[in-house]
Amino acid sequence: MPTNHVIKLDAIHKTYHTGEVDVHAVRGVSLEILPGEFVAIMGSSGSGKSTLMNMIGALDRPTDGHYWLDGIDISTLDRDALADIRNEKIGFVFQGFNLLSRTSALENVEMPMLYNRQRIPAHEQFERATHALGLVGLGQRADHHPNQLSGGQQQRVAIARALVNRPSLLLADEPTGNLDSQTSIEIMGVFQKLNEQGITIVMVTHELDVARYTKRMVILRDGKVVTDETVADRLNAEQELGKLKQAQQAVQLA
Amino acid sequence: MRIFASLRIAGRALRRNKMRSLLTMLGIIIGVGAVIGSVSLTTGATKQVEDQVASLGESVITVFSGNFTQGAMRGGWGSAPTLTVADAVAVSGVKDVLAISPEVRDREQVLANGLNWNTQVMGESPDYPQIRNWEIAKGSMFSDQDVRSLAKSAVIGQTVADQLFPNENPVGQTIRIRNLPFLIVGVLAPKGFNLFGQDQDDTVVVPYTSHMHRITTRTFVNDILVQAANDKVINQVQADITDLLLARHRSKEQDFTVRNQLELMQTVTATSRLMGVLLAGVAAVSLVVGGIGIMNIMLVSVTERTREIGIRMAVGARAADILVQFLIEAVTLSAIGGSIGILGGMAFSWLISYLQHWPTLTPWFWVATAFVSSALIGVFSGFYPAWKASKLDPIDALRYE
Repeated sequence: MPTNHVIKLDAIHKTYHTGEVDVHAVRGVSLEILPGEFVAIMGSSGSGKSTLMNMIGALDRPTDGHYWLDGIDISTLDRDALADIRNEKIGFVFQGFNLLSRTSALENVEMPMLYNRQRIPAHEQFERATHALGLVGLGQRADHHPNQLSGGQQQRVAIARALVNRPSLLLADEPTGNLDSQTSIEIMGVFQKLNEQGITIVMVTHELDVARYTKRMVILRDGKVVTDETVADRLNAEQELGKLKQAQQAVQLA
Repeated sequence: MRIFASLRIAGRALRRNKMRSLLTMLGIIIGVGAVIGSVSLTTGATKQVEDQVASLGESVITVFSGNFTQGAMRGGWGSAPTLTVADAVAVSGVKDVLAISPEVRDREQVLANGLNWNTQVMGESPDYPQIRNWEIAKGSMFSDQDVRSLAKSAVIGQTVADQLFPNENPVGQTIRIRNLPFLIVGVLAPKGFNLFGQDQDDTVVVPYTSHMHRITTRTFVNDILVQAANDKVINQVQADITDLLLARHRSKEQDFTVRNQLELMQTVTATSRLMGVLLAGVAAVSLVVGGIGIMNIMLVSVTERTREIGIRMAVGARAADILVQFLIEAVTLSAIGGSIGILGGMAFSWLISYLQHWPTLTPWFWVATAFVSSALIGVFSGFYPAWKASKLDPIDALRYE
């Protein structure tokens, strides 16, 4: 099977058996994502995008179909093997940040390395965590606790945590859902920068504004892919941030 | 995941809720503290009694003379003169008998140095110090020759020495018993009070022959002290002596009684041992209650930290990692609680022995047992909550509010 794809979905189905009615959340999705892509998966609520996201993130298994991540068919793996896949191949960024409270940024970033099957020495954990925090521009705040950080900073810590095990795929679930528009653009800027360095990113969102920072848009409806196209009028986070600041200055001057 | 990392995570989780962790531990602290405290007290008491019994001598059998019956009145053991010196000599021939001493007791007013003192005068054989495990502090014991010649030699206890010869060495001096001068040949080492609260040092020991012929005019002895070779043969020796004396006395009814040290020790320590068992039982119950407390808090903690569990699973923690993490938290709680309890129990028993002057002794076996069982309680009470945590579905756990 293909090995050059980061993700290859082949006729993925997911059916939930809850009560009397079977919910057919994902109905035959096939998708290929190559290294270096930056994909937005869009859709309204109930479109099946969260379910698809859970399967791509190896948190859940499809009822039918196959899923290759980095050339490994993970649709048949057991719980422990899925946990190892999540640890080594996937970095998660959530809407609600999901940092451990009362735990420093550095320790939050180190956390995934505790579960690595290869034993990582403490000094290497520290170096890698510090490096990851540097990548997202938070090198100076390693010892801050989540409640001492702004929403944008917390999401940066979460991104650093997602990167620390050097995954093949960065998976973001509504990463800007809890952030104001300026911080959202900043976070998208972080993603664009990481993507330029070659990291593959898949992001689930329902906001078209946010999706326009990506390179490719996949739109789901009723569990099926209805649109899969390259983003034509792609936004650059740096430029948008500049525009936003000019506009703010204009308001202050007026 | 490595144990060290798990320990760090557990330590951090417990520190986050210091008050709650402390209250949870309190059950174990009280349970273990009660175990160690009660065991220290009863062990100390038992040890003291055992020491006192041992001070009567090792593997010692005592043959008391029989009871005196006149009409319907029965006098009780020792009231009738039934044992003779010849009996004692015969007993010394029994297999595995190391030493014997026919014992004659009498209270006398003794005089020396212009002072006088009422004390117990004992007639014994030269083996008496050996049988009673009693050292001679100064001088020496009188000899077999002294026994044969009805010598006026005496060995005195420390109390008598203090009363009659303050600031003097009594050895070589003379005391007068019923106006007869006895030469002091030795002073017994201080032995203190016996089980029945008598001052054992308040005594004068003379050859039993001298006692029976010079001080009193008796033909019977009060009792015979017998030392057996060791504790294993003591029951056999006791039976042999009984048979021998029955044959010698040609009586169907036993006109003497034979007792040994082990019986006495068992009788005296039975109560304190029973007390210890009861206390340990109560303490074990409180340990179980402590364990339930830990289980309760761990269940609350798992529910509270469902989201944390979800995050950990999302970044790659296996079910076993989560299980181990919560298990270690529970064991850390109970082990720390157990350690504090051990220290508390030891401090309590130390305080009691300091304030009340009760003898206490904390056996290391119990310290180890208390620590291990508190850790085990952590494992047992932590297992169900930890298992529950490890079975959570990562998606549900992440969405948990």
